[in-house]
Amino acid sequence: MKFTQIVTASVLGMATALPSTAFAQTEIQFWHAMGGRLGEVVEEIAVKYNESQSEYTLVPTYKGGYEDTMTAGIAAFRAGEQPNLIQIFDAGAATIINAKGATVAVEDLMMQHADGFDGSDYIEGVRYFYADTDGKMIGMPFNSSTPLLYYNKDAFAEAGIANPPATWEEFEAIAPKLKEAGYTALAQSHSPWIFSENFHSRHNLQLATGNNGYDGTDVKILYNNDHMKMHWGKVKEWLDAGYYGFYGRAWGDNQDAFVQKEVAMWLGSSGSFGGLANSAEFEFGATYLPYWKSIIEEPMGTFIGGAALFAMSGKADEENAGVADFLAFLTSPDMQYLWHKETGYVPITNAAYDLAKSDGYYDSTPDAEVGILQLSQPGGEWTKGYRLGYYVQIRDVMYKHFDDIFSGEASVEEAFSAMEQESNDLLDRFKATYN
Amino acid sequence: MKRVQFEHSAIPYMFIAPQIIIIAVFFLWPAAQAVYQSFLLEDAFGLSSQFVWFKNYFDTIGSTSWLQAAGFTIVFSTLVTILSLAIALLLAVKANEVIRGARTYKTLLMWAYAIAPPVAGLMGNLMFHPLIGDLYKFMNTIGFDFDHKLDPYDAGFVVVLISVWKQVSVNFIFFLSGLQGIPKSVNEAALMDEKSSFRRFWTITFPLLAPTTFFLMVINITYAFFETFGIIDTTTRGAPGGATTTLVFKVFQDGFRGADIGGSSAQSVVLMLMVLGLTVIQFRFIERKVHY
Repeated sequence: MKFTQIVTASVLGMATALPSTAFAQTEIQFWHAMGGRLGEVVEEIAVKYNESQSEYTLVPTYKGGYEDTMTAGIAAFRAGEQPNLIQIFDAGAATIINAKGATVAVEDLMMQHADGFDGSDYIEGVRYFYADTDGKMIGMPFNSSTPLLYYNKDAFAEAGIANPPATWEEFEAIAPKLKEAGYTALAQSHSPWIFSENFHSRHNLQLATGNNGYDGTDVKILYNNDHMKMHWGKVKEWLDAGYYGFYGRAWGDNQDAFVQKEVAMWLGSSGSFGGLANSAEFEFGATYLPYWKSIIEEPMGTFIGGAALFAMSGKADEENAGVADFLAFLTSPDMQYLWHKETGYVPITNAAYDLAKSDGYYDSTPDAEVGILQLSQPGGEWTKGYRLGYYVQIRDVMYKHFDDIFSGEASVEEAFSAMEQESNDLLDRFKATYN
Repeated sequence: MKRVQFEHSAIPYMFIAPQIIIIAVFFLWPAAQAVYQSFLLEDAFGLSSQFVWFKNYFDTIGSTSWLQAAGFTIVFSTLVTILSLAIALLLAVKANEVIRGARTYKTLLMWAYAIAPPVAGLMGNLMFHPLIGDLYKFMNTIGFDFDHKLDPYDAGFVVVLISVWKQVSVNFIFFLSGLQGIPKSVNEAALMDEKSSFRRFWTITFPLLAPTTFFLMVINITYAFFETFGIIDTTTRGAPGGATTTLVFKVFQDGFRGADIGGSSAQSVVLMLMVLGLTVIQFRFIERKVHY
């Protein structure tokens, strides 16, 4: 008798105990591309989230670089093993957004499961980048950065220059002085992103038909325009005159040239701030991306770069609820501020930006604010973003022709017309695939 | 002609089964998938697809970037194969003649064998780094206007150099053991008739090495076509202007980075056919001249 009682009691006990412990928590799989220090911060956020509530367990997994993560996500989706949440970079956004049914819009998800969604919470430059034609947010901007100009203050003092250039006209005036002081004036780390996409945003120029590609897949690229060719003609002149340094396509090679005082100015990302602070043995400052006064009197804000989080489809409702819950947590001012401070990426909500301001963060590190100020500059018709298919390949095409301009293999005119042709071929192919 | 028929039994099939299964799983199945995918236009996530016959082939194989990659691959593979075989052969012949400290020489020459292509690439990358690379500085000091980040030929030189360096030690090991397999008496007998060691090499030693050379040629061409991926990926990544993009690297770029599954499948099918054709030519025409 006693034995049965014990058994019954323990079975009952288990039955009641289990749901509240082992089975209660829903696992949320989150694949990301943040390595090194950035990865540590992601882990930190996951720990904080898991401690903050008991319903869900967020499991972050590092899947390699942006491309590796996207490839892993694609392979997993095809095998029906997709994670709940995946980080996809800007150039891959068209691929995942145009694959109808691969993801669930985060706006819908948050409307349904979290405390709702208000687009006006998000800062201007971030709001529409991963949205659809109607402005509905499909992917949640995660790590967002924007191109900035970093300058070596010591080099500027040596050359007797007071201020960093605000315009390219000013740049042309000071470049010879820097050369005299023994510096190459400028290098930059991502010519498609900085000297093409953001060049268009900064000058409020259209970069592709069909509303910069947001209206669908029937798109033609507009890079072969006079402003762009003027700019690249100038860059080639600067290269030949020794005002511009090209240290290869790799991001780090050009950043190293700045850190090692070969070049006096470097165009990088607002997210590069922390890395530079650790490695540069000189005083540097950050300022806005220069623009051509000959093209536009007052510059517009820039696009974001970086990546967004997409909720993959085919998941149970309770898991989707968990995704929405985590996104609400991630976009809370505290988390955004933490992310901003630890990584240098910009906060994506106004509330987080206000928190950083009221906390006095920008009083101690004013350079950290430059990125978000630039993103908040007035927007124009063509500053909300772009959505182009096979854009990873198009960027390769651009790199290829920029190389040809630099090496003198092709004139600016030839390079841009070939670039237009090859990019449009890729866009046509994308259209045929995702229609 | 009378044929002898043996009793069939399952045992031989069991012995070859593991090999057949491995080939089926890791070659036949993926190859069939690639052929199938190459006829489809399908979004990356596999949500919609259409059968388009040869569109992928026309789109990608006809593009200037593919033709450029094909041209580079042919030049690159030829250079890598010939140079790494020739240098390894020379080193092996010379090392075989060394009497004092022979082991040290041989060990040092085999040293690089253990290095994986990506590691070789990373080392080369450091040596040719525009800011800190010693070889980069050396090339510029001796009077070349060397800039592999911009000059297609300089970039080609870098990848060929690293690929050859990495492969020489592999070839060296095979050549050396091939040389040691040639009976001394043959060479001693030849010494009676011919004093010139150069002529003795080409008339006696080299023909006896032919099986080794043929084997190595097949291996080296495969190496240059496929395995150098790791070197390209860690050094030039196909730059400048796609001048050092090999066909394999392009398959990777389009398929893995660009998520164009149909186009990259079509390219890999073409690549498969190219290597298949090359191997057939090697075995049909060159192997005939090899005497085992």
